[in-house]
Amino acid sequence: MSVLVYTEHSEGKFKKSSFEVVSYGAALAQQLGTNLVALSIGNVASDELNKLAQFGASKILTVSAVAYKAFVNQAYGAVIAQAAQKENANVVVLSATFSGKGLAPRVAVKLNAAYVDGVISLPNNSNGFIVRKGAFSGKAFADVSITSENKVIAIMPNSYKVVENTQPANIEAFEPTTGSNDFAAMVKDIVRASDKVSLPDAEIVVSGGRGLKGPENWGMVEELAQLLGAATACSKPVSDANWRPHSEHVGQTGIAVSPNLYIAIGISGAIQHLAGVSSSKVIVVINKDPEAPFFKAADYGIVGDAFEVVPQLISAIKEFKAENS
Amino acid sequence: MKILVCISNVPDTTTKINFTDDHKSFVSSGVTYIINPYDEIALTRALEIAEANAGSTVTVIHVGEASSEPTIRKALAIGATDAVRVNAIARDAYFVAMQIVNYAKDQGYDLILTGRESIDYNGSQVASMIGELLNIPSVSIVKLLTLEGNTATLEREIEGGKEVISCPLPLVASATEGMAEPRIAGMRGIMSARTKTLLVIEPTDTPTLQSITNYDKPAPRSHVKLVNANDVKGLVNLLSQEAKVI
Repeated sequence: MSVLVYTEHSEGKFKKSSFEVVSYGAALAQQLGTNLVALSIGNVASDELNKLAQFGASKILTVSAVAYKAFVNQAYGAVIAQAAQKENANVVVLSATFSGKGLAPRVAVKLNAAYVDGVISLPNNSNGFIVRKGAFSGKAFADVSITSENKVIAIMPNSYKVVENTQPANIEAFEPTTGSNDFAAMVKDIVRASDKVSLPDAEIVVSGGRGLKGPENWGMVEELAQLLGAATACSKPVSDANWRPHSEHVGQTGIAVSPNLYIAIGISGAIQHLAGVSSSKVIVVINKDPEAPFFKAADYGIVGDAFEVVPQLISAIKEFKAENS
Repeated sequence: MKILVCISNVPDTTTKINFTDDHKSFVSSGVTYIINPYDEIALTRALEIAEANAGSTVTVIHVGEASSEPTIRKALAIGATDAVRVNAIARDAYFVAMQIVNYAKDQGYDLILTGRESIDYNGSQVASMIGELLNIPSVSIVKLLTLEGNTATLEREIEGGKEVISCPLPLVASATEGMAEPRIAGMRGIMSARTKTLLVIEPTDTPTLQSITNYDKPAPRSHVKLVNANDVKGLVNLLSQEAKVI
């Protein structure tokens, strides 16, 4: 028996979410009294692969054949399921990234496993295998009892802390069997906004709402975000009005985020928006309306005009950074 | 083009969520139900594709009890050709995927669309499970879908960007914002929906692999600490010294 984690990379570099998954997998393997195998698919150098051992993997499987260079969920699903069978793994852990969400259900079907998406805690093993996940789009949590022998879970990015736990690990090449049918979907192009922090992974998010009056006023949001190494986000009315792209929409029907710090500027705090940010560790609200519902869901607040407060905040953070660098 | 759209019936986005005292079930009384918003996007795109390809049909399928028929009729009013309801409580995503596959497997659909996830249980599983069970490709969290002959071009969301995928039909895709702007059903649509076919079928046996044992609501935040608008520095101090987030 073992625990298998699938570690995603972007152009040969592991994402932070992959180290979270390895850290989670290592803790889970310890809980179950077994060892952790990490699987990487695509071209990743051995220096990078060895990083997985720093977070607790005791074996690293790598699938480096050129056919697996680009992500295809059908093919990758087959590879992960085969790796699980080869390693006799009952539990497979992935990160609930955009790719992970497409991939994990396929692995689960292949392994006759239950699948739980958006898991935010280690399982409670005192009475079976129960994991906690977000439900009702951030308005609630559900505890899910998995009764199947094989289990697949995808953990929410930013919900489990990366823990250093170096293990002696060996890297092993793995050659799965797939057919041409598994590669029917083909990646034609990948477009990355390289200068921007990705919203679902971001530790700090700076978000703007209708109170900013128009897309031309987003300069200060972007400046603040850049200063803090943060991702930019927005409320639904803003993306509906095409002031900002849909990919920045945070809320019940957009992206759910769980950063360490969420700064909401000119967002009133409708219930649908609050649902998407309820897992944030600290929330700061800047709004000129003292009655804005968001203040009831915030840790810190400033009642004031965003066009005055935000430029001051930018200068104050610049000063703070200068003093602490 | 033969298109199947899978829809679920979810609490309206403004719903305040409540559970029974034993935390075992969701309290549905007084809750307004709607078509899952992402499924509505998928349905709209299906209708747009059907309109551009003469002779196309758009069937909606739903796994649920008779109480969800108003939601199905709404999908018909928006423009779906006909509907299928699998008469069962949707136990979990695997159960739902199995029911849909059981119906769809011999029907020769070119395209099966779902929403990226339902806004109640947030499983985001059904599309990929259908793809796996039917052994056809699937692409999840798609914000653009176009067809040219027998090939689809899809843009899917990835962290910090997008990926463009080319895929032959048949395929399964799960929709997110951007794929289409939902439509409002007109009076004519609502009238004609009443007479459109709504086939009710019984479920197929499916093993139960998981169950929800408990629900909780997030703990409310402690009282907000207000900082004077003239003391922005004070906020920065709090964020660094007290909250330790910068």
